[in-house]
Amino acid sequence: MLELYGQHLSSRLLLGTSQYPSPAIMAESIETSGTEIVTVSLRRETAGGKDGGQFWSLIRSLGVKVLPNTAGCHSAKEAVTTAHMAREVFGTDWIKLEVIGNHDTLQPDVFGLVEAAGILSREGFKVFPYTTDDLVVAERLLDAGCEVLMPWCAPIGSARGPQHLDALRSLRAHFPDTPLIVDAGIGRPSHAASVMELGYDAVLLNTAVAQAGDPVQMAAAFAQAIEAGHRAFLAGPLEPRDMAVPSTPVIGQAVFT
Amino acid sequence: MKLIVNGESLDVDAETLAALMQALDYQGSWLATAVNGEVVPARDRGRCTLAEGDRVEILSPMKGG
Repeated sequence: MLELYGQHLSSRLLLGTSQYPSPAIMAESIETSGTEIVTVSLRRETAGGKDGGQFWSLIRSLGVKVLPNTAGCHSAKEAVTTAHMAREVFGTDWIKLEVIGNHDTLQPDVFGLVEAAGILSREGFKVFPYTTDDLVVAERLLDAGCEVLMPWCAPIGSARGPQHLDALRSLRAHFPDTPLIVDAGIGRPSHAASVMELGYDAVLLNTAVAQAGDPVQMAAAFAQAIEAGHRAFLAGPLEPRDMAVPSTPVIGQAVFT
Repeated sequence: MKLIVNGESLDVDAETLAALMQALDYQGSWLATAVNGEVVPARDRGRCTLAEGDRVEILSPMKGG
Protein backbone atom coordinates (compact mmCIF):
# COMPACT_ATOMS: atom_id res chain seq x y z
CA MET A 1 0.00 0.00 0.00
CA LEU A 2 1.20 3.50 -0.84
CA GLU A 3 2.14 5.65 2.14
CA LEU A 4 2.61 9.41 1.79
CA TYR A 5 3.54 11.32 4.96
CA GLY A 6 1.89 8.67 7.10
CA GLN A 7 -1.28 8.52 5.02
CA HIS A 8 -2.10 5.09 3.59
CA LEU A 9 -3.63 5.09 0.12
CA SER A 10 -4.95 2.31 -2.07
CA SER A 11 -4.96 4.32 -5.31
CA ARG A 12 -1.68 5.22 -6.98
CA LEU A 13 -3.23 7.92 -9.14
CA LEU A 14 -3.30 11.58 -8.11
CA LEU A 15 -5.58 13.68 -10.28
CA GLY A 16 -5.73 17.38 -11.13
CA THR A 17 -9.03 19.28 -11.18
CA SER A 18 -8.36 21.70 -14.04
CA GLN A 19 -9.38 21.89 -17.70
CA TYR A 20 -12.39 19.52 -17.66
CA PRO A 21 -15.32 20.30 -19.98
CA SER A 22 -17.58 20.84 -16.94
CA PRO A 23 -17.59 20.49 -13.15
CA ALA A 24 -19.89 17.45 -13.50
CA ILE A 25 -17.42 15.67 -15.81
CA MET A 26 -14.60 16.55 -13.42
CA ALA A 27 -16.50 15.01 -10.53
CA GLU A 28 -17.35 11.86 -12.49
CA SER A 29 -13.75 11.52 -13.68
CA ILE A 30 -12.47 11.78 -10.11
CA GLU A 31 -14.95 9.18 -8.90
CA THR A 32 -14.25 6.80 -11.80
CA SER A 33 -10.49 7.08 -11.40
CA GLY A 34 -10.66 5.88 -7.81
CA THR A 35 -8.15 8.57 -6.86
CA GLU A 36 -7.93 9.57 -3.22
CA ILE A 37 -5.94 12.77 -3.76
CA VAL A 38 -6.79 15.70 -6.05
CA THR A 39 -4.79 18.86 -6.64
CA VAL A 40 -6.31 22.32 -6.25
CA SER A 41 -5.07 25.91 -6.34
CA LEU A 42 -5.76 29.42 -5.05
CA ARG A 43 -6.56 32.24 -7.42
CA ARG A 44 -7.85 35.78 -7.50
CA GLU A 45 -11.53 35.94 -8.21
CA THR A 46 -14.01 38.71 -8.81
CA ALA A 47 -17.69 38.49 -7.91
CA GLY A 48 -16.94 38.04 -4.23
CA GLY A 49 -15.21 34.72 -4.77
CA LYS A 50 -18.45 32.81 -5.13
CA ASP A 51 -17.33 30.50 -7.96
CA GLY A 52 -14.44 29.40 -5.76
CA GLY A 53 -16.89 28.62 -2.99
CA GLN A 54 -18.94 26.42 -5.32
CA PHE A 55 -15.85 24.64 -6.58
CA TRP A 56 -14.61 23.96 -3.05
CA SER A 57 -18.02 22.70 -2.02
CA LEU A 58 -18.06 20.25 -4.96
CA ILE A 59 -14.56 18.97 -4.14
CA ARG A 60 -15.47 18.44 -0.50
CA SER A 61 -18.56 16.46 -1.51
CA LEU A 62 -16.31 13.94 -3.29
CA GLY A 63 -14.62 12.84 -0.07
CA VAL A 64 -11.08 12.99 -1.44
CA LYS A 65 -7.97 14.47 0.16
CA VAL A 66 -6.79 17.72 -1.39
CA LEU A 67 -3.24 18.60 -2.31
CA PRO A 68 -3.08 22.39 -2.86
CA ASN A 69 -0.45 23.61 -5.30
CA THR A 70 1.65 26.74 -5.62
CA ALA A 71 1.26 26.79 -9.41
CA GLY A 72 2.44 29.93 -11.13
CA CYS A 73 4.78 31.02 -8.34
CA HIS A 74 8.14 32.18 -9.63
CA SER A 75 10.02 32.67 -6.37
CA ALA A 76 10.46 30.87 -3.08
CA LYS A 77 8.80 33.76 -1.26
CA GLU A 78 5.68 33.66 -3.46
CA ALA A 79 5.44 29.90 -3.03
CA VAL A 80 5.84 30.08 0.75
CA THR A 81 3.14 32.78 1.03
CA THR A 82 0.80 30.78 -1.21
CA ALA A 83 1.40 27.67 0.91
CA HIS A 84 0.45 29.61 4.06
CA MET A 85 -2.77 30.81 2.43
CA ALA A 86 -3.57 27.31 1.13
CA ARG A 87 -3.11 25.82 4.58
CA GLU A 88 -5.67 28.20 5.99
CA VAL A 89 -8.26 27.74 3.25
CA PHE A 90 -7.95 24.01 2.62
CA GLY A 91 -7.16 22.99 6.17
CA THR A 92 -4.19 20.80 5.22
CA ASP A 93 -0.44 21.03 5.71
CA TRP A 94 0.13 19.14 2.45
CA ILE A 95 1.49 21.31 -0.33
CA LYS A 96 2.44 20.54 -3.91
CA LEU A 97 5.39 22.90 -4.16
CA GLU A 98 5.94 24.46 -7.58
CA VAL A 99 8.47 27.21 -8.18
CA ILE A 100 8.50 27.85 -11.90
CA GLY A 101 11.81 28.84 -13.47
CA ASN A 102 10.94 29.32 -17.12
CA HIS A 103 7.78 30.61 -18.77
CA ASP A 104 8.11 28.49 -21.90
CA THR A 105 9.07 25.11 -20.49
CA LEU A 106 7.42 25.56 -17.07
CA GLN A 107 10.40 23.75 -15.65
CA PRO A 108 11.05 24.10 -11.94
CA ASP A 109 13.48 26.68 -10.58
CA VAL A 110 15.26 24.03 -8.56
CA PHE A 111 17.19 26.58 -6.48
CA GLY A 112 14.03 28.37 -5.37
CA LEU A 113 12.37 24.98 -4.93
CA VAL A 114 15.00 23.71 -2.50
CA GLU A 115 14.91 27.02 -0.59
CA ALA A 116 11.10 26.99 -0.28
CA ALA A 117 11.05 23.28 0.58
CA GLY A 118 13.41 23.91 3.49
CA ILE A 119 11.37 26.82 4.85
CA LEU A 120 8.05 24.99 4.56
CA SER A 121 9.35 21.69 5.96
CA ARG A 122 10.72 23.50 9.02
CA GLU A 123 7.29 25.06 9.48
CA GLY A 124 5.68 21.63 9.53
CA PHE A 125 4.37 21.45 5.98
CA LYS A 126 4.33 18.10 4.19
CA VAL A 127 6.02 19.11 0.97
CA PHE A 128 5.43 17.39 -2.39
CA PRO A 129 8.03 19.08 -4.60
CA TYR A 130 7.48 19.29 -8.36
CA THR A 131 11.06 18.81 -9.52
CA THR A 132 13.18 17.68 -12.44
CA ASP A 133 14.74 14.23 -12.74
CA ASP A 134 18.09 15.61 -11.48
CA LEU A 135 19.61 13.32 -8.86
CA VAL A 136 21.52 15.98 -6.92
CA VAL A 137 18.47 18.25 -6.69
CA ALA A 138 16.53 15.26 -5.38
CA GLU A 139 19.16 14.76 -2.67
CA ARG A 140 18.95 18.43 -1.68
CA LEU A 141 15.16 18.21 -1.46
CA LEU A 142 15.39 15.22 0.84
CA ASP A 143 18.00 17.07 2.94
CA ALA A 144 15.55 20.01 3.09
CA GLY A 145 12.97 17.75 4.71
CA CYS A 146 10.88 16.41 1.83
CA GLU A 147 9.74 12.81 2.26
CA VAL A 148 8.23 12.53 -1.23
CA LEU A 149 9.68 13.53 -4.61
CA MET A 150 7.67 14.39 -7.71
CA PRO A 151 9.92 14.50 -10.78
CA TRP A 152 8.53 15.51 -14.14
CA CYS A 153 8.86 13.08 -17.03
CA ALA A 154 8.21 15.76 -19.70
CA PRO A 155 7.03 19.40 -19.64
CA ILE A 156 3.66 20.13 -17.98
CA GLY A 157 0.77 19.56 -20.36
CA SER A 158 3.03 18.32 -23.17
CA ALA A 159 1.62 14.75 -23.21
CA ARG A 160 4.99 13.52 -24.47
CA GLY A 161 5.50 10.79 -21.92
CA PRO A 162 8.83 9.81 -20.36
CA GLN A 163 11.72 11.58 -22.11
CA HIS A 164 14.58 10.31 -19.95
CA LEU A 165 13.84 6.83 -18.71
CA ASP A 166 17.42 6.35 -17.56
CA ALA A 167 17.20 9.40 -15.29
CA LEU A 168 13.94 8.11 -13.81
CA ARG A 169 15.57 4.68 -13.31
CA SER A 170 18.52 6.29 -11.61
CA LEU A 171 16.28 8.20 -9.17
CA ARG A 172 14.41 5.00 -8.35
CA ALA A 173 17.65 3.12 -7.76
CA HIS A 174 19.14 5.85 -5.54
CA PHE A 175 16.06 6.35 -3.40
CA PRO A 176 14.50 2.91 -2.97
CA ASP A 177 12.58 3.94 0.15
CA THR A 178 11.34 7.39 -0.87
CA PRO A 179 7.90 7.62 -2.47
CA LEU A 180 8.46 8.80 -6.05
CA ILE A 181 5.55 10.23 -8.02
CA VAL A 182 5.84 11.18 -11.68
CA ASP A 183 4.23 14.59 -11.97
CA ALA A 184 3.73 16.20 -15.37
CA GLY A 185 4.24 15.17 -18.95
CA ILE A 186 2.17 11.98 -19.06
CA GLY A 187 -0.07 11.80 -22.15
CA ARG A 188 -1.37 8.26 -22.35
CA PRO A 189 -2.07 5.31 -20.08
CA SER A 190 0.89 3.47 -21.64
CA HIS A 191 3.20 6.28 -20.44
CA ALA A 192 1.85 5.89 -16.92
CA ALA A 193 2.23 2.11 -17.07
CA SER A 194 5.84 2.44 -18.24
CA VAL A 195 6.92 4.57 -15.26
CA MET A 196 5.01 2.34 -12.85
CA GLU A 197 6.88 -0.66 -14.32
CA LEU A 198 10.11 1.09 -13.31
CA GLY A 199 8.89 0.98 -9.73
CA TYR A 200 7.51 4.49 -9.38
CA ASP A 201 5.01 4.71 -6.55
CA ALA A 202 2.33 6.82 -8.19
CA VAL A 203 1.48 9.17 -11.05
CA LEU A 204 0.01 12.67 -10.92
CA LEU A 205 -2.04 13.61 -13.98
CA ASN A 206 -4.38 16.29 -15.13
CA THR A 207 -4.42 17.34 -18.78
CA ALA A 208 -4.21 13.79 -20.15
CA VAL A 209 -7.54 13.01 -18.50
CA ALA A 210 -9.27 16.39 -18.56
CA GLN A 211 -8.58 17.11 -22.23
CA ALA A 212 -9.26 13.60 -23.53
CA GLY A 213 -12.21 13.11 -25.86
CA ASP A 214 -14.00 11.33 -23.01
CA PRO A 215 -12.37 12.25 -19.68
CA VAL A 216 -14.35 9.71 -17.66
CA GLN A 217 -13.28 6.81 -19.88
CA MET A 218 -9.71 8.07 -19.84
CA ALA A 219 -9.75 8.29 -16.05
CA ALA A 220 -10.75 4.63 -15.94
CA ALA A 221 -8.07 3.71 -18.49
CA PHE A 222 -5.35 5.46 -16.49
CA ALA A 223 -6.45 3.78 -13.27
CA GLN A 224 -6.12 0.37 -14.94
CA ALA A 225 -2.77 1.19 -16.56
CA ILE A 226 -1.29 2.43 -13.29
CA GLU A 227 -2.49 -0.67 -11.49
CA ALA A 228 -1.15 -2.89 -14.28
CA GLY A 229 2.23 -1.15 -14.29
CA HIS A 230 2.55 -1.47 -10.54
CA ARG A 231 1.67 -5.17 -10.58
CA ALA A 232 4.17 -5.71 -13.37
CA PHE A 233 6.87 -4.03 -11.29
CA LEU A 234 6.08 -6.26 -8.32
CA ALA A 235 6.11 -9.30 -10.59
CA GLY A 236 9.59 -8.49 -11.95
CA PRO A 237 9.55 -7.68 -15.68
CA LEU A 238 11.95 -9.50 -18.00
CA GLU A 239 14.95 -7.48 -19.14
CA PRO A 240 15.33 -6.95 -22.93
CA ARG A 241 17.69 -9.40 -24.70
CA ASP A 242 19.86 -8.88 -27.72
CA MET A 243 18.91 -12.12 -29.48
CA ALA A 244 15.81 -14.23 -30.00
CA VAL A 245 15.24 -16.97 -27.42
CA PRO A 246 12.76 -19.72 -28.33
CA SER A 247 9.92 -20.05 -25.88
CA THR A 248 8.86 -23.53 -27.00
CA PRO A 249 11.26 -26.32 -25.91
CA VAL A 250 13.82 -27.24 -28.57
CA ILE A 251 14.44 -30.67 -27.06
CA GLY A 252 12.04 -33.31 -28.34
CA GLN A 253 11.28 -31.56 -31.59
CA ALA A 254 10.44 -33.99 -34.43
CA VAL A 255 12.73 -34.20 -37.45
CA PHE A 256 10.99 -34.78 -40.80
CA THR A 257 13.85 -34.53 -43.22
CA MET B 1 -8.18 55.63 0.34
CA LYS B 2 -6.43 54.08 -2.63
CA LEU B 3 -5.68 50.37 -2.39
CA ILE B 4 -4.45 47.75 -4.83
CA VAL B 5 -6.88 44.83 -4.52
CA ASN B 6 -6.04 41.73 -6.54
CA GLY B 7 -3.87 43.87 -8.79
CA GLU B 8 -6.48 46.54 -9.45
CA SER B 9 -6.40 50.08 -8.11
CA LEU B 10 -9.50 50.88 -6.04
CA ASP B 11 -10.70 53.89 -4.11
CA VAL B 12 -12.46 52.47 -1.06
CA ASP B 13 -13.34 53.64 2.41
CA ALA B 14 -12.32 50.71 4.58
CA GLU B 15 -10.23 51.01 7.71
CA THR B 16 -9.66 47.28 8.13
CA LEU B 17 -9.30 44.27 5.90
CA ALA B 18 -12.58 42.91 7.26
CA ALA B 19 -14.34 46.16 6.31
CA LEU B 20 -12.81 46.06 2.83
CA MET B 21 -14.03 42.52 2.27
CA GLN B 22 -17.51 43.45 3.37
CA ALA B 23 -17.52 46.50 1.07
CA LEU B 24 -16.50 44.32 -1.88
CA ASP B 25 -18.90 41.48 -0.97
CA TYR B 26 -16.22 38.90 -0.22
CA GLN B 27 -17.97 36.93 2.49
CA GLY B 28 -17.08 33.28 2.02
CA SER B 29 -15.38 31.29 4.75
CA TRP B 30 -13.21 29.76 2.04
CA LEU B 31 -11.28 32.97 1.21
CA ALA B 32 -7.59 33.57 1.94
CA THR B 33 -6.07 37.01 2.35
CA ALA B 34 -2.69 38.71 2.32
CA VAL B 35 -1.63 42.33 2.72
CA ASN B 36 1.67 43.48 1.22
CA GLY B 37 2.74 39.88 0.77
CA GLU B 38 2.03 38.80 4.35
CA VAL B 39 -0.76 36.31 5.04
CA VAL B 40 -3.60 37.62 7.21
CA PRO B 41 -5.58 34.75 8.78
CA ALA B 42 -9.37 35.13 8.85
CA ARG B 43 -9.42 35.72 12.60
CA ASP B 44 -7.08 38.73 12.27
CA ARG B 45 -8.92 40.60 9.50
CA GLY B 46 -10.86 42.81 11.90
CA ARG B 47 -7.62 44.01 13.50
CA CYS B 48 -5.72 44.39 10.23
CA THR B 49 -5.77 48.13 9.53
CA LEU B 50 -5.16 49.26 5.98
CA ALA B 51 -3.06 52.19 4.81
CA GLU B 52 -2.90 54.16 1.56
CA GLY B 53 -1.33 52.09 -1.22
CA ASP B 54 -1.55 48.73 0.54
CA ARG B 55 -1.56 45.72 -1.77
CA VAL B 56 -4.33 43.31 -0.82
CA GLU B 57 -4.78 39.81 -2.20
CA ILE B 58 -8.09 37.99 -1.74
CA LEU B 59 -7.85 34.43 -3.05
CA SER B 60 -10.39 31.70 -3.64
CA PRO B 61 -10.15 27.91 -4.05
CA MET B 62 -9.76 27.09 -7.72
CA LYS B 63 -9.15 24.14 -9.99
CA GLY B 64 -5.51 23.17 -10.28
CA GLY B 65 -3.11 20.59 -11.66
